[in-house]
Amino acid sequence: MHHLLPVLVAVPLLGATLLVAGGHRLPRVAAETVGCAFAAGTAGLAIVLLLNSSPPLTEWVGGWTPEGGESVGIVLVGDGPGLGMAALASLLTVAALAYSWRYFDEAPRRHAGSFPALMLLFQGGMCGFAVAGDLFDAFVFFELMSVVAYALTGHRVEEAKAVQGALSFGVLNSLGAYSVLMGIGLLYARTGELAMVKIGQGLDRHGGPDALTLAAFALVLTGLLVKAAAVPFHFWLPDAHAVAPTPVCMLLSGVMVELGAYGVWRIYRTVFSGPAGIPASDLERALVVLGVLTAAVGAVMCWYQRHIKRLLAYSTVAHMGLFLIGIGIGSHSPEADDGVALYILGHAGVKAALFACTGVLLDRYGSVDEHALHGRARRLRGVAVLYVVGALSLAGLPPFGIGLGKAVLEESVGGPLTVLFVAVSAVTAGAVLRVAARVFFGLGAQPGDESSYETTGITEEPETRHRLSRVPDTMTAVPAVLLVASLAVGAVPGFAAAVGRAVSGEAAPSPHWTLAGLLLGLTSTLLALGLATFAVTRTKPLGEPSWMAPLRRLQSGHIGDYVAWMLVGTTLLAALALPGVLNG
Amino acid sequence: MSVLPYLVAAWVFLVGCYGLATSRNLIHAVGCLAVCQSATYVLLLAVGYRNGGTAPVFSDLKPGSRPVVDPVVQALALTDVVVGATVTAVLLALVLQISKRHGTVDPDELSELRG
Repeated sequence: MHHLLPVLVAVPLLGATLLVAGGHRLPRVAAETVGCAFAAGTAGLAIVLLLNSSPPLTEWVGGWTPEGGESVGIVLVGDGPGLGMAALASLLTVAALAYSWRYFDEAPRRHAGSFPALMLLFQGGMCGFAVAGDLFDAFVFFELMSVVAYALTGHRVEEAKAVQGALSFGVLNSLGAYSVLMGIGLLYARTGELAMVKIGQGLDRHGGPDALTLAAFALVLTGLLVKAAAVPFHFWLPDAHAVAPTPVCMLLSGVMVELGAYGVWRIYRTVFSGPAGIPASDLERALVVLGVLTAAVGAVMCWYQRHIKRLLAYSTVAHMGLFLIGIGIGSHSPEADDGVALYILGHAGVKAALFACTGVLLDRYGSVDEHALHGRARRLRGVAVLYVVGALSLAGLPPFGIGLGKAVLEESVGGPLTVLFVAVSAVTAGAVLRVAARVFFGLGAQPGDESSYETTGITEEPETRHRLSRVPDTMTAVPAVLLVASLAVGAVPGFAAAVGRAVSGEAAPSPHWTLAGLLLGLTSTLLALGLATFAVTRTKPLGEPSWMAPLRRLQSGHIGDYVAWMLVGTTLLAALALPGVLNG
Repeated sequence: MSVLPYLVAAWVFLVGCYGLATSRNLIHAVGCLAVCQSATYVLLLAVGYRNGGTAPVFSDLKPGSRPVVDPVVQALALTDVVVGATVTAVLLALVLQISKRHGTVDPDELSELRG
């Protein structure tokens, strides 16, 4: 079975090659069918491998097996979390391709295969990153996934904003990737190994942690946290999400950003968790501080957005903060890891569904601005229902998957962090509910202009040639299926237990609903409903507090500012991990 | 082993970051990103270098007869060059489109995406 691991990367790459080579001769229907078939085939393979992933599969590509403990070959590792992420990425790619079937009205002339080919390359990069067992291949797949993501973000090259957002996405993420490579170079200098497990053992042979370990840790985590959009590395994310085509947003928010958090988890666990690495308490301090910052900034910025795609993007930032807190706590509590895994699964479905519904608005009305769309989408009843259900499950309504993951996490973090979890999910879901109430039901007064310093989204070009007169079935079926899947994550008996076994083995009790968890989920849902009601029932529109202005100005759209903040973040990361190295 | 190449790598990386942060021209900014990447080449080659070593090509060299430099980092550096060429090409293509659509390549004048 382990011989099939490289096929997981090879199939989408082969599909992309075929589409690039023959796409200009194919009619659009044929090109998209080929794309869907290859993506679905990979998804099926990932699921089959996932079901056989215990004990973990290991494959030395090309038969370069280690001799006498020394290895120079490429190693792929297929364990529960890695193959789980690969399966999630593949399933979401299939969903995004199915959604885009009728989404782009007209493919560029003679380039019918280019969009599905890029999506397949993206899928191959994500699968490869998820199963990479050595650091250099993780870097190569990280870059493959990133470069394709820049190209997909700037897919509509005729649009001024799209190329601008893609460029800041590209510069920030590439700089992050080079910082990862610097860290990998340092680790190779110390240990002479590239396979993650061997680097961990090599570090431990050397004795306690020192400046080199700390530098490598800060550099490697910088790149991964740029991908994971942790504050202050997050600035590219709202810009990229605001301009990327909607099917691409579904993948960016649903799984690519989470792969950054997965990379932090995987690399810390296999490389830095030994006695010579960074102590768990230091990782926890670093990730909890950054996570709290990320969650707070993301939630506040999410609440004050009127551009719906940016609003959803900031909601992703806020939830990434929660994931990072969970990973930090998870270094000494396996339950937290199970909670994060369930949360990521549930979040992927819900966020992708919300983006899909926003795409319907964009194609139908040529706008993604909450104020301009006020009351205009009354006739889209089906989409309205999907939007409200998506918002409620984002708040953690039982028995959705997000609710279960959040409940498990809240019980393992405890204390003030539980309050933060409830507050962040209430605020982000409240903002989405507010959008639904205003756009689909026309509730509340027409809001006035609140701030001049923001992106409005009034003049977005619809991604179809003409505005849609009726919504194609695929564009409502895909979000509906995604929401049902994210409901199933929390509601199907035994699923959560299987996820728990795949992530942390038998070490932790299997995640399940408890009374406290149900109550916390209901609390955040009620709070979200309350916040949305408060926002739409006020006769005078909610003004923007003066303390928001500096926060807003940070998001200046200027690449230089973002790079400066990234350096600040790297320094902060090293400072937060410093005590363990000094004491070690 | 000298510590100088490592200091050079760190210096080149920071110079590239400084250039990115203060750049007034997007083509210059993409160039600065390439400078940051050159720092990774310097670091990788410094890691694999051995005093008195020769190229690890064994066609005319008896294995074990004299020291060779580490071929793994050279392979990594080569892969890195390929990755870097792709990234630079995509980013320069985006800059070209920005120049066509916005009529400027000054990042200070691109202020559509903010807040």
